[in-house]
Amino acid sequence: MPDSVRARPQPTPETQHFWDGTRQHELRLQRCDACGRIYFPPRPFCPACASRSVTVFAASGKAVLHSYVIHHRPVSGFTPPYAIAVVELAEGPRMMTNIVDCAQTPEALQLDMPLEVVFEKLDDEITLALFRPMKG
Amino acid sequence: MSQIQLHADAALNAMADAALMPADIDGVATAVETPQQIAHYLGITPSWVDGTSVGGCSFMIHVRHAAAAIASGLCRTVLITHGESGRSRVGAPPRSVPPSSLAGQFEQPFGPMGPPSLFPIPVLRYMKAYGVTHEQLAMVSVVQREWAAKNPRATFRTPITVDEVLNSRMIAYPLRLLQCCLVTDGGGALILTAGERAADFPQKPVYVLGTGESVETPMVSQMEDFTSSRAFRVAGPTAFRAAGITHADVDHLMIYDAFAHLPLYGLEDLGFVPRGEAGRFIEARNTAPGGKLPLNTNGGGLSYMHSGMYGMYALQESVRQMRGIAPAQIEGAKISVCHGVGGMFAASGTVVFGNQRP
Repeated sequence: MPDSVRARPQPTPETQHFWDGTRQHELRLQRCDACGRIYFPPRPFCPACASRSVTVFAASGKAVLHSYVIHHRPVSGFTPPYAIAVVELAEGPRMMTNIVDCAQTPEALQLDMPLEVVFEKLDDEITLALFRPMKG
Repeated sequence: MSQIQLHADAALNAMADAALMPADIDGVATAVETPQQIAHYLGITPSWVDGTSVGGCSFMIHVRHAAAAIASGLCRTVLITHGESGRSRVGAPPRSVPPSSLAGQFEQPFGPMGPPSLFPIPVLRYMKAYGVTHEQLAMVSVVQREWAAKNPRATFRTPITVDEVLNSRMIAYPLRLLQCCLVTDGGGALILTAGERAADFPQKPVYVLGTGESVETPMVSQMEDFTSSRAFRVAGPTAFRAAGITHADVDHLMIYDAFAHLPLYGLEDLGFVPRGEAGRFIEARNTAPGGKLPLNTNGGGLSYMHSGMYGMYALQESVRQMRGIAPAQIEGAKISVCHGVGGMFAASGTVVFGNQRP
């Protein structure tokens, strides 16, 4: 058991489907049945039109790097320097993540670079969605 | 002093400044500490309270709400207090992000630790969108240090260069230590009442001409546009419209500078410069001593002080400038715009002050 671990998410009833998804290596988003809006973070209603009729679906896992910082100070579970990134999913929404299989440098982390999701298990309940540079 | 005593110390100074007693105050506004904590501690019986607590711009929003309350007769005399043991943490409540909150689930697991690791996340996108350079981002700090040199109370007053800024310790690329706000203790208080009563008070009156407020999101990753603050774009123009002023009317400007990119977003979102032009505007010394738009004349969060929530200190400098008593006084200043941010672009409040009776 490592001494220092990442901050652990606590799922709620509204976000449980997302964490069930990542545990099964699926990145899940929601789409409004009424207006078609795709949104994140999870809610059981549409933030654009307030419809309660929304559908969970599996996203492609494709994204581009929208922005980031490279953090140089120590945080439990991380070894500096490491990037704290925001990616823009192909489906539209943005989410915070880390970029793996990539040097944590400004030269390697180019804005708009194509990425794909990888799943990193934290424990039996929680698996995180991280991203790596798209191969090829 | 403990955090609550920082609130009270400022409140006592403000009451003395206005020649008022606790019994004269019937409205209380404060952030983090609750109105009941502050009213009890100071011996005040309020008929109006406001505990809006949205981060550092809470105090701009308190001014807005207080002005509306006074105008509608809910109370007569409002005390707004701020106190923060930002550095010492003496008597300060614990800070934590609940793991079940959206930020706790969708941001905290990825390694942020407080504002320096979150607030700058939009900057690289802004720089790419508009071709803003690291040197231009460094000039923000250089210029504000020039103002701090004129402020006897500023923490850091020694001039710095772009090279020194860009060689200071890396905190969260692209921002270095000298592009991040200080961490200090502090407090401040304001007392507001109807303009008609101005002659009853000893100090030169400062009028609230217009205000604005808004919020966007508690998570920086969920900002609609990383090159602009939606909350700024609502709060700023609302205040300008309410005050009936144009940008040319503004003699003095405060833009809450938790980090070096904040003034750039503020200048653009408030409409002082076209989108993407703020870096060049500051680089050309327009906001420096002698420039046409004096900005952050106290040295700002970057060089003067910053306890975690800085908005009250920006308001204090605007009030001093309107009274004509600021250390770096802008000659003949009649209009001051005081603009604040809360959280990581989560909230915003703008106050337009004037010293001519409207």
